[in-house]
Amino acid sequence: MANRVKQRMVAARLLQALPILVLATFIVFCLMQLIPGDVAVTLAGENASMERIQQIREAYGLNQPFLVQYGQWLAHAAQGELGTSLLSGEPVAHTIARTFPNTLLIAVYAVLVSVLVGVPLGILAATRAGSPLDSTIMGAASLGVAVPNFWFGMILVLFLALGLQWFPATGFVSPLEDFSGALWYATLPALALCTNGIAEVARQLRGSLVEIQSSQHVRTLHAKGLSPARILWKHGLKNVSVNLLTVVGLLFNKILAATVVVEAVFAIPGIGSSIVNAVLQGDFPVVQGAVLAMVVTVILVNLCTDLACTVLDPRIHA
Amino acid sequence: MAHDDHTGQPLLAVNNLNIAFANDAGETAITRDVSFTVGHGERVGVVGESGCGKTVTGLALLGLLPERTARVRGEILFQGRDLLNMPARELRRLRGRDISMIFQEPMSALDPVFTIGEQLTETLRAHEKVGRREARERAVAALEEVGIPSPHLRLDDYPYQFSGGMRQRVMIAMALICRPRLVIADEPTTALDVTVQAQIIDLLRELSDTTGTALLFITHDLGVVAETCSRLLTMYAGEVVESAPVDTVLRRPAHPYSSGLLRSLPGLSERGGRLPSIPGRVPAPGQMPAGCRFQARCPHSADGCEQGQPLRELDNGRLARCWRGAELTLPGAVT
Repeated sequence: MANRVKQRMVAARLLQALPILVLATFIVFCLMQLIPGDVAVTLAGENASMERIQQIREAYGLNQPFLVQYGQWLAHAAQGELGTSLLSGEPVAHTIARTFPNTLLIAVYAVLVSVLVGVPLGILAATRAGSPLDSTIMGAASLGVAVPNFWFGMILVLFLALGLQWFPATGFVSPLEDFSGALWYATLPALALCTNGIAEVARQLRGSLVEIQSSQHVRTLHAKGLSPARILWKHGLKNVSVNLLTVVGLLFNKILAATVVVEAVFAIPGIGSSIVNAVLQGDFPVVQGAVLAMVVTVILVNLCTDLACTVLDPRIHA
Repeated sequence: MAHDDHTGQPLLAVNNLNIAFANDAGETAITRDVSFTVGHGERVGVVGESGCGKTVTGLALLGLLPERTARVRGEILFQGRDLLNMPARELRRLRGRDISMIFQEPMSALDPVFTIGEQLTETLRAHEKVGRREARERAVAALEEVGIPSPHLRLDDYPYQFSGGMRQRVMIAMALICRPRLVIADEPTTALDVTVQAQIIDLLRELSDTTGTALLFITHDLGVVAETCSRLLTMYAGEVVESAPVDTVLRRPAHPYSSGLLRSLPGLSERGGRLPSIPGRVPAPGQMPAGCRFQARCPHSADGCEQGQPLRELDNGRLARCWRGAELTLPGAVT
């Protein structure tokens, strides 16, 4: 029975995702219209005549009302046809397949580091709440939340790449071709992205652990004669796991968005830099396709987080 | 009721228990010189209005007050050993095995993300060397004992799948699963429906009878004490003001505060009349008057009440913190 409930929950959530996809791509499409510059002028090249520009507009359908343009894009996208780049002619699906793995690698890497460092720090601070160690960790975490990741990225490049030469300053190799090489290239960008993540995970985990430790059911556990270690590791962590998972899910989405800036700092051919370039050139099929890929990813991550939460906390239903 | 076992000492003897909480301004005293005993298998009721220190006293017995702020002084002798000077590890072994506690809020006292079965068996396995299967069988038996229907089916349910009364039954099963010598029940029925309250009280009394477990029943419901307990401790403003057999105190209380409490019981006063109440309010912690703490609200206060009031022994084992206790004839609930 529980499985049927879960299947229905997944189906419902996927249906809910459709309007979100339409809305997100529509908003991006509208924003593209507001950007100054005309892709037809770019395509026509220098010193092109007005007639030539007009021809290009007609060829690409750029002369049509923008709602019609969006409708056409949507109709094609619904059939899995994301179109081709106006400038390079590369199919958008190829662009996504080429760049998205790089971005995903960096994002997953950053989330993993955030969890692996943030969770122990959070537990340490919570078990010694009120101590100097707790204040130090939480102070550092506040700093971590405040540091802009592009700035931290540049600092990392300065010291670890240009100074110590441990890591490459720029560039990337595809994880699909050379995974360990890709990890090496991804380390600095991931480190730049994970400062906020470590801080967020540590702060949230400490907060919810401290709250649970003073809850009435933990008092019952003490009254039953369980050891503090058992109370923390078994009951404490399972009770905060839903919170933690939600934080990590949101963190992934935040980090995915932040890759746009960090990819620029490290000159990485990821989906973020594709979006930036395409926006600058008015290459709307690429922008739409890339945004679609990101929104789908975010929706799937949220769905997985919610499913995992129902497993961890029996009170949560669809 | 047996007050002493063959060793001649009571099961629990609390001597001059002073509890204070540290704060920015120093310390705020919550209880002063609380002393009482609980005999083997004895059921003792502790009554008093909210804030009189009865819950804090109960928590202090198990060392459950927040370590960082609570200052507990005095002596808590359980089977002759002082719980306040006991290493944490040893105290932990006593908790849940020899002394257990039932809390006021069954809705929040159970861990919401573990099954009832897990929470029962983990208590057992913390104290006894039993295998998984045996622990499960004992858990089923424990649930059966507290009247949970088809207990083997409910073992894998989570607390949210139980009603309030059923959860309190689970709490009782958990408290009794290791057959403790003493159960501290802190207002176990306050959060429940009236009809369920009576069932839970009956259950506690029955189980205490069949297992020989002593019961320290913290409540503000005198009716419950009258039904369940053999002795009544009345607390007021952090002090024990009277300790007497229930039958005696119901008929002739020795402290004006006990008398006021008893007379404000609905159902026992005149039908249609105005329910008597005690005028005024409890002095706040840290602002206690010198001498008798009840004097400002007491209809019998006289010169002499401003003197410090020790617990005085009256006839047949009664104690009252009132120097006029012997001379006053105070109305009780039963006349």
